[in-house]
Amino acid sequence: MTASIGRVGLWALLGVAVLLAALLGLGIGPVGLTPVEVWNALAGRGDTTAVSIMRDIRAPRVVLAALVGAALAMSGAALQGTMRNPLAEPYLLGVSGGAAVGAVIAVASRVPFGLVPVGAFGGAVTAVALVLGIARVGAGRPDPRVLLMAGVVVGAFANAVIMVALASSPPDAIRNALWWMMGSVSAATWAQVGWLAAYAIVSAGALIFYAPEIDVLALGDEAAAGLGVDVDRAGRRAYILASLLAAATVAAAGLVGFVGLVVPHLVRGRAGRRHRSVIVAAGLAGAALLIAADLVARTLRAPSELPLGAVTALAGVPFFLIQLRRYR
Amino acid sequence: MIRFDGVVVRYPRAARAAVDGVSFEAPRGSITAIAGPNGSGKSTLVRALVGRVPVSAGTITVDGDDARRLDRRELARRIAVVSQREEPAFPLAVRDYIALGRHPHAHLWSSVDRAGASAVERAIAEAEVQPFVDRTTDELSGGEWQRVRIARALAQDARALVLDEPTTYLDIAHEMAAFELLDALARRDQAILVVSHQLNLVARFAHRVVLLHQGTVAAAGTPSEVMRGDVLERVYDWPLVVTRDPAVGAPALLPLRGRRR
Repeated sequence: MTASIGRVGLWALLGVAVLLAALLGLGIGPVGLTPVEVWNALAGRGDTTAVSIMRDIRAPRVVLAALVGAALAMSGAALQGTMRNPLAEPYLLGVSGGAAVGAVIAVASRVPFGLVPVGAFGGAVTAVALVLGIARVGAGRPDPRVLLMAGVVVGAFANAVIMVALASSPPDAIRNALWWMMGSVSAATWAQVGWLAAYAIVSAGALIFYAPEIDVLALGDEAAAGLGVDVDRAGRRAYILASLLAAATVAAAGLVGFVGLVVPHLVRGRAGRRHRSVIVAAGLAGAALLIAADLVARTLRAPSELPLGAVTALAGVPFFLIQLRRYR
Repeated sequence: MIRFDGVVVRYPRAARAAVDGVSFEAPRGSITAIAGPNGSGKSTLVRALVGRVPVSAGTITVDGDDARRLDRRELARRIAVVSQREEPAFPLAVRDYIALGRHPHAHLWSSVDRAGASAVERAIAEAEVQPFVDRTTDELSGGEWQRVRIARALAQDARALVLDEPTTYLDIAHEMAAFELLDALARRDQAILVVSHQLNLVARFAHRVVLLHQGTVAAAGTPSEVMRGDVLERVYDWPLVVTRDPAVGAPALLPLRGRRR
């Protein structure tokens, strides 16, 4: 193990980072607030404008960013272990393509904009089912390599569908759909936060519970079978849990790339190497990073906003390159 | 005790069965070796034992129970397997890796119990891997990794131990040490089933040898009964002589220069 502050120490440190990021996210904006004012406004004291900014706009936004970041990072950590592939990420098994198709179809068929997330979620779940189905048909069981190929193929198919749908849509619909695909937490509401939290706590809790199985799956099929793990069932369970977690974030915030790929690599090895600690640490780091990324997205070119997915990719690529250097 | 009874394994789209009616026993308190040329079905037997390939006919029983009917975790508590190859997708701390041997015993929610912790320490001592328990699995030489894998299997605390080519990456000293360890485990009433190409080592350590050829048992019995020149020459399709090991009197195989007959 590298010279480290230990698993619990790192969790504590990441927890502090989440709080710090949240404090910055809550305080910085068109109306700047000191930490004391943030606290008062959250508690409902003081200036009514500040209270309403805090309670109706910034707080749900920060919490939604934290939830989306945590969910994506945990999903990525679990998928990398289960698929035995450091390039695995939450959108791999068709989530992003399916969600985008669902959203574009919803936009193109002119349903109320509030129903776009429903379309996205439906598309994501359908695509994941399709990918798992193809992999099972191809190999008799979900082999990670076949899954990977099925994910790529379904993604390509989804792209084609999106292009056809966009080519036959009016410009404003295209803009709406594109904006949605670039990811954003700007329209956060407490209702959204509520159901995503409920959903994420259940799926993430299950992933953390089954994390020891992921440790064993990461050794390879034969070793895992020798340790009493039903490789096919445990693998399928991890795929479904991780993909549903990602699908829920897609419905809430669109496509936010790179978090699920990069964050697990940032914490793996530093937060211990067993998947339970990797998943927990990835969740905390993902929350902190996405709050920070959203802060950058809305302040860098204020009053206009940058797409959140673009910020995470711009910041994620250098991190990832540093990480690659450590590998070889 | 592990018992194979008329076991047939057929891979999809293969012309002939990989294992075609193999029967033998690996009793407790002894080392049973499976030998045979490449592709004779040795590793397939191991895969069939842990349920990675379907058995199309025959039965595999473990302590009298059909292996396919046993709960997987129960099977893993009875048999520990060191497969031929294994590479963790992400490096693990060596001690954590060895502790994964406790997986079939532990509940998912609990960390390693007290019995588990002492089993891990015992496994570390027995496999002599103390010098590198604080490294990670990607910082080990091939031989060290092999010993760490054996340690993990020992931590599993099973009554039977199955090893597929356990000494491939080991030098002479570690190879001998590994077989001495297997011998000591057999004396403690474990059933040891070892797949090995090292016929001369097998001759000195194994109590029984099962020689496979094209998925069937070509010969089975004590090393002296199985390691006969005519039998081995036919199975391996290479000229060779069998002599007596001058030191211990076990049969010793000496392949000759030349080419396939």
